[in-house]
Amino acid sequence: MTGVRFLPAGDKALVVEFGDRVERALSQRVLRLGQRLQEVRLQGVIETVPTFRSLLVRYDPLQTSGAALEEEIAAHLEDAGGAAEPVRLWEIPACYDKRCAPDLDEVAARTKLTVDEVVARHSGARFLVYVVGFAAGFPYMGDLPSELVLPRRADPRVRVPAGSIAMATTLTGIYPLESPGGWHLIGAAPIRLFDPAWERPALLRPGDFAKFEPVDFAEYERIRAAVERNDYNVPFTMISA
Amino acid sequence: MSPILRVNSPGLHTTVQDLGRDGFADVGVPPSGALDAVALRLANALVGNAPDAAALEVLVSGPTLEVIAEAVHVAFVGGTAALSLRGAQTRSIPTARSVHLAQGDALQVAALAGTSCGYLAVEGGIGVPLILGSASTYTRGSLGGFEGRPLRIGDVLDGSEAASEPAERELANPLDGDFDAPIRVVLGPQDDHFTDAALETFLAGTYAVSAQADRMGFRLEGPVLAHKSGYNIVSDGIVSGSIQVPGSGQPIVLMRDYQTIGGYPKIATVISSDMSRLGRRSPGAKVRFAAVSREEAEAIYRAEEAAIAERISGLREARDEASINVAALYDANLIDGIISARE
Repeated sequence: MTGVRFLPAGDKALVVEFGDRVERALSQRVLRLGQRLQEVRLQGVIETVPTFRSLLVRYDPLQTSGAALEEEIAAHLEDAGGAAEPVRLWEIPACYDKRCAPDLDEVAARTKLTVDEVVARHSGARFLVYVVGFAAGFPYMGDLPSELVLPRRADPRVRVPAGSIAMATTLTGIYPLESPGGWHLIGAAPIRLFDPAWERPALLRPGDFAKFEPVDFAEYERIRAAVERNDYNVPFTMISA
Repeated sequence: MSPILRVNSPGLHTTVQDLGRDGFADVGVPPSGALDAVALRLANALVGNAPDAAALEVLVSGPTLEVIAEAVHVAFVGGTAALSLRGAQTRSIPTARSVHLAQGDALQVAALAGTSCGYLAVEGGIGVPLILGSASTYTRGSLGGFEGRPLRIGDVLDGSEAASEPAERELANPLDGDFDAPIRVVLGPQDDHFTDAALETFLAGTYAVSAQADRMGFRLEGPVLAHKSGYNIVSDGIVSGSIQVPGSGQPIVLMRDYQTIGGYPKIATVISSDMSRLGRRSPGAKVRFAAVSREEAEAIYRAEEAAIAERISGLREARDEASINVAALYDANLIDGIISARE
């Protein structure tokens, strides 16, 4: 397969690199190889970690070697090109009310759009979950409509509240826990993104899709209370990627 | 499981750790686990535990723990500092030797020496729920270990009463800190983002562990490493040992609680066998790097695993002379501040 590079990451991991851009076509190749490797369970593979443009493969050198694994993975690059499994499309309730969206006015001003136009564009797009990382359960989703693309904030916040819906560059995400952050906060999702008690501890997984469904502040509070009572499930449908 | 130890003082940063959790990096959860996995395994072996049993990781200065079970069997491995024991018997226990303790005894792991991390293992393991398959604490994610956080005064740890009366045991040979040994690396995955001069500097220079060193990463200080063109890459995967170089040109070695993806080029990766050696180094300690091939690194790993297994099979019954007369230590002013068991 063209353009694929194997790069060493020490003696317990290697990187299968497909390119160096944030791009759906690249991501789909990464995700399909990851899926394929989970199916075939190569000897010695501990876990695979998909990122925007590469797949990290962690292995146990007592059971295999980097060189042997590269050969085995190379053989699966071809058959990783087939049709993808159906994936989840999550419908995430999103409150764009000012009380939840401290940067929405600024984003509107900088993108030369109205607040309503920013919300319409953000909630009108279907996003791919490229990567889950930075914090447990944090989804890096894209791509934002080109009118919404802005650099990160010049002054990162020390505390971003849990549930904040944020955007920067071509990406959007949701903070699972309160943490520092440098993205623009344009809303909040009243949902839980990560719970180690779940069989799948992260709600959103690499390869899933998501769209934001605007809710008003009262509905946001109602859903948040239901989430607290474990009485709310985020709706999703199965789609083919 | 029943209450076995009460935390009378928590130490600087004491957490429950085992060998870590695998399989959740794709949702942002790093492995965590012991910074010095060799010391953890030895401590567990001394009390007859499996290598991955949960123990207490002590950073820099340790806790004082009071035994509330009838009897426990513990061992501490890490550096050269002795444990102070106050109770019916008052004595000092050398590192890498197991000891039986009785209710009311207070065990103090004072300031560590000859390492920055040590492990207190208890026969039967520290009893905490397994979260995502591991007892390890990931503090940034408030996950695992004891309520997802470092220990605090008053915490009560669960565990097992010492089941039998197995002999107290010790390591035949002390664990060498290897502080002068170069830290071996495999270049890449983004060594091609650096100038030839930077690669040369990286391998020839001497770095020091900076004050910004924690379970997530050790920032190093030393010769600046120049990128060929820019220091941002499209984020990709991180492992324990990844050496990121941000715009400052100063390397950061990612440790056990790493962020699972990173957007700085990684010049090299510390080989897994040397992560424990690096984990022992405190701020100010020198670090030099030496490059090995991936095949060499894998061979080193296999050899070191065999050596650790040999060390564990070479544990022997503790000899009496290993128990130091505490009065002599007082006279020599080597220990102070032993905390009463009955505060």
